[in-house]
Amino acid sequence: MAKITYIENNGTSHTVDVAEGLTVMEGAVQNNIPGIDADCGGGMACATCHVYVKDEWFDRINKKSEGEDDMIDQAYEPKKNSRLSCQIQVSSEIDGLEVHLPEKQI
Amino acid sequence: MIKTDALIIGAGPTGLFTAHQLKLIGLNCEIVDNLDKIGGQCIELYPDKPIYDIPAIPECTGEELTNNLLEQLKPFNIKFHLGERVDELTKDNEKWKVKTSKGTEFETPNVIIAGGVGSFEPRKFSPKECEQFENKTILYSIKDKKIFDGKTVSIFGGGDSALDWALELSKTSKVNLIHRRDEFRAAQATVDKVKELSNAGKINLITNSQLKTVSGNGKLEEIEIENDNKETKKLKTDFVLGFFGLIMQLGPIANWGLNLNKKTVEVDTEKFETNQKGIYAVGDICNYPGKLKLILSGFHEGALAARACFKLARPNEKYRFEFTTSSKTIKNRLGVKSD
Repeated sequence: MAKITYIENNGTSHTVDVAEGLTVMEGAVQNNIPGIDADCGGGMACATCHVYVKDEWFDRINKKSEGEDDMIDQAYEPKKNSRLSCQIQVSSEIDGLEVHLPEKQI
Repeated sequence: MIKTDALIIGAGPTGLFTAHQLKLIGLNCEIVDNLDKIGGQCIELYPDKPIYDIPAIPECTGEELTNNLLEQLKPFNIKFHLGERVDELTKDNEKWKVKTSKGTEFETPNVIIAGGVGSFEPRKFSPKECEQFENKTILYSIKDKKIFDGKTVSIFGGGDSALDWALELSKTSKVNLIHRRDEFRAAQATVDKVKELSNAGKINLITNSQLKTVSGNGKLEEIEIENDNKETKKLKTDFVLGFFGLIMQLGPIANWGLNLNKKTVEVDTEKFETNQKGIYAVGDICNYPGKLKLILSGFHEGALAARACFKLARPNEKYRFEFTTSSKTIKNRLGVKSD
C-alpha cells in the first residue's frame, strides 16, 4: 500500500491508499477521484490521465515510458513536469506521492 | 432522407462487426463516423500496436484488425458516411430521425451507438483569447493551403501533421514551427528535413516553448510564446496552426436523453438497448454491470443488438436463429455456394 494524494486544480485534495502494482491512474479511477478521465483505460493511447509531479517526486517515481512524451504533447497544457498517471507504478517506495491535476483533461 | 433498418454511429471494430451481424440476418444498415477514415480508435490511436486478445487471432495490429473486418463485410456493400458527426436525434412516431453535421438525414427504427469514447475532435489551444480567431486565422486543419501564400504562419506541434505542413508551407510562406520540447514524434526523415531547413534559415524552429497568448485588433496580428524558463517572446503572424492530435468527446450524444454514467451509456444486457426504445449502445461506450472495455465484448454486444433491431425493423416477421455453416439463406446473403 502507498498513500497517494491527488490535488485537483481548485486545490481540493484527496488522499487514498493504493495497492502496490497498480498505477496512479488506477488508484484515481478506483477511488472515483474527479479530474482523471483515463479514456483509453491505461493503454497510453490518449492523454486524459495527465498529472503534474513536483520536482521532489519527479525523480523518485519510475521514468517515463517510451512514447509517453509523444502522448503528453497531446495533453491539455503540458508542462515540463507532466506525466501520464497510467505510467506511474505504485510501490511502497513512493508512499506519500502527491500529484497535481490539470484544469481539465480534454 | 435515407431510410434504413438500422443506423450505426461509429466505424470502429464494434460498429463494423455489428453491421456484419445486421446484414447476416437480412437487415440493411449504414454507418456514420466523424473521422474521415474507417477503424475508430484502432486506426486513430494505435494502428501499429499489436493486439493479443482477439479470439482466434493470436496477434494483429489495429490496422490489420480493421482491414480484416472490412474484408468480412465485403459481401455486403455497406454505405459509409465518413467525416460526418451525428448531431441530431429526434423521435418521429415509431421512427428515429437522425441528422448529421453535413446535413445528411436518416429515418430508421434502430440507432446503434458504437461510438467508443465519443467523437474525435482536434485539441485546441488553451488560451481563451484564441477563441475569437478560431476557424478564421487560428486553424486545426487545412482545407486550402493557398490562403497561406506569402503570409507568416506559426505552426504548433511536434508530430507528423505539424512537421509535414511546416515543410510544405515553407515553400510559399514564412513559417515559425514551435514545439513544447526538443524531440519530435514525426517520421525521422521529416524531422531531419525540418532541421535542415531550420539551419538554412528557411523555417524558424523554436523548441521548448508554448503559446502564451494571441493578440490583434479584429484580426490576428501577434502571438506571444513562453519557453521553459518562463521567458516570453512575441512574433508577428498572420495565421496560427495547432496540431496537437485528437481528443475524444461524447459530443451531441449527451443531449439525446440517454441515461449516462460518466462518459458511458447505460444499457440492458439482453438487447443492449438504452432507456430509449430503438436506441442501442455497444462497445466501449456502453455500460452495464461487469462491462469489460474489450473489442471482443463489443462483438458480442453488437451481435445481440442486431437481433434486437430485427423486431423493430420487421415487426411482422419472426426472427429465426441460423448458423452460417448451415443456413442457405445466410450463404446466399454472403454470396457463397451452399452445398
